[in-house]
Parts: sequence; C-alpha cells; structure tokens
Amino acid sequence: MATEGNIHARPIAIQPAPAGPYVHEAHHPWLQHHFDSMTQQAEASTLGMWVFLVTEIMFFGGLFMAYLVYRHASPSGFQEASHHLNIYWGTANTAILIISSLTMALAVRSAQTSQPRGTQVLFLFLTIVLGLAFLGIKAIEYTDKFKDRIVPGPNFHWEGTHAKAAEQFYSLYFAMTGLHALHMIIGVGIMSVILVMAWWRIFDEEYYTPVEVAGLYWHFVDIVWIFLFPLLYLIGRHYHAG
Amino acid sequence: MSGHVAPKTMYYAVFLALLAGTGLTVAAAFFDMGAMNNVVMLAIASIKALLVILFFMHVRWSTRLTWVVVASGFFWLLIMFGLTMTDYFSRGWVEGTWR
Repeated sequence: MATEGNIHARPIAIQPAPAGPYVHEAHHPWLQHHFDSMTQQAEASTLGMWVFLVTEIMFFGGLFMAYLVYRHASPSGFQEASHHLNIYWGTANTAILIISSLTMALAVRSAQTSQPRGTQVLFLFLTIVLGLAFLGIKAIEYTDKFKDRIVPGPNFHWEGTHAKAAEQFYSLYFAMTGLHALHMIIGVGIMSVILVMAWWRIFDEEYYTPVEVAGLYWHFVDIVWIFLFPLLYLIGRHYHAG
Repeated sequence: MSGHVAPKTMYYAVFLALLAGTGLTVAAAFFDMGAMNNVVMLAIASIKALLVILFFMHVRWSTRLTWVVVASGFFWLLIMFGLTMTDYFSRGWVEGTWR
C-alpha cells in the first residue's frame, strides 16, 4: 500500500480505549458486539434461520395447496399419472437424502465436539456428494420424462384416460421437484462454503453456528422431499388401470 | 457455548427410524386401502418430519421462542389448507354454487 506517500491520506490517531463501562473487553473473535454471549448469539442465529424456514414452509405450502386442490378435482387422474413415475428412483432418492441428513447432523456434531478439521470436512464432503447424487438421479428422471413426452406443454402426450389431469399432475411434479432441486443446488453451494470454513479450522465447540444453521436448511429441504415422495410417487401404486 | 451435544447413537437411531419409515410407506402404498392409503402415507411422513425437526434440527433442545416460531409455521400452513379446502369441499353442496 502506498498510503504513506499519499499526502491526502489522513493520519489515523489510535485512541486509547476509554475508561469505564466502554472498555473493549476480551471476547471470542467471532462474538459480535451487539450480543452479550456466544450462547445468545447462537440462539439469535438459530431463531432467525427458523423465521426464514417458516417463510419457506409457506413458499412450498402454496404448491402443496395447489396439489391438494387439483388432486381433489381429479383423484383417479392423479393416480394414473403418478403410476408413470419410477418408484425405484424415488425410493433411492429418499434414502439418499436421509443418509445425507445423517452425515449433515454428524458434521454439526463433529464441529460441536471440536473434532479435527478432517472429520468435519469429511462429513460435509459426504453431504455434498449425496446431494449431488440426488440431483443426478433427478436429472435421469427428468430426461426420461422428456423422452416419454410427458413434460407439460404443446408436445405433451399421454396414453391414458385422464390426459388433462395427467398434464396438471406433471405441471405440479415439475414445479415442486424443480423448486426442491433448486433448493438442493443452493444447499450444495452453501455446504461448499461451510466445508472451506471447516478447512480453515473456524468451527469448534465455542463457535459452530454457521454449520448448525446451514444444517437447518439442509434438513428442511429433506423434510420437503419426505412429503413430496409419497404424494408424487406412491399414490398410483395400487391403481388398476381402466 | 452451551449447545446440547446429543450422543451419536441417538443420530443413528433416528436415521434407522427414518429408513424404516420410508420402507413402511413404500410397502403400504402397494395395498389398496382406499382413503386410508392417504392417511397412512401422511402419518408416516409427518412422523418422519417430526423426527428430523426434533432431533436432527435440535428443536428438542432449542429455546421456547424457537418452539413457538416452528409451531407457528405449521399452524399457518394448516390455516391455509383448512380455509381453502372448506371452499373446495363445500362447492356444489348448494345448487348453483359449483364454480
């Protein structure tokens, strides 16, 4: 920096800390000044994340509401349409997300218990890999839907008795799983940042709020899938065509 | 900081319960139980969600304020479903009210 030679640069006088109640006391480097303690700071972050997740509940809730209304209007059409989804991919993806929630929870725990950074990074890495595996399977499923021409639009083609309801079902299928997949992509991005922070040895038993809060997001996305899976994949299993 | 550290065995137990719930809901889907299919399916999904919220998301050990915020989220969701469906379910009950 060439500030020393810059005549416009104002010298910064370092003031001694004022006496009395304003003394800058020693504190944890990650404690922000508007919080009294690390615990208070962590609780505020957790609460803030939950307020955000409540808005997310309502965000996905709107789509679940639409599903409920349209399924109520044509229940057998939805069953016929659901039958075309691949239950094996759906079940595999449910299992993958549940495993990723376990690795996520263990990542938080490893930070909470001041495990070496290798352990923290490993669990976060596994979470990311499982998230990407989920997205990979979703891509295979979407490709199949395009091949089978059951993507809503002018080329939608349905061999069955409830073409209109099937198109409504697949509109909701793509909207709901698409929004969910977008959340997964964002989640993988968040976890990548958290992984780098873990590599920098930022997290220990004193400070692990970013892992905890990112974990809340990841588990929330898992919960959305826990409801999407039966509502989309399982309603047509006992359906007898006709 | 005084965050609650749950034993690893608890996480494994919740994980196994979630997998068991998934297996159960897939198996149940192949039996034709009429309207009960939906009840079973949503009951299992709700239990799985509750396990994730309470244990994986640590709400079990969170502050009362967090409990209230979490509960309010689902409460508002139920208001949306409830009030909207009272409309859709009751359409056509009185002549001339369908659409």
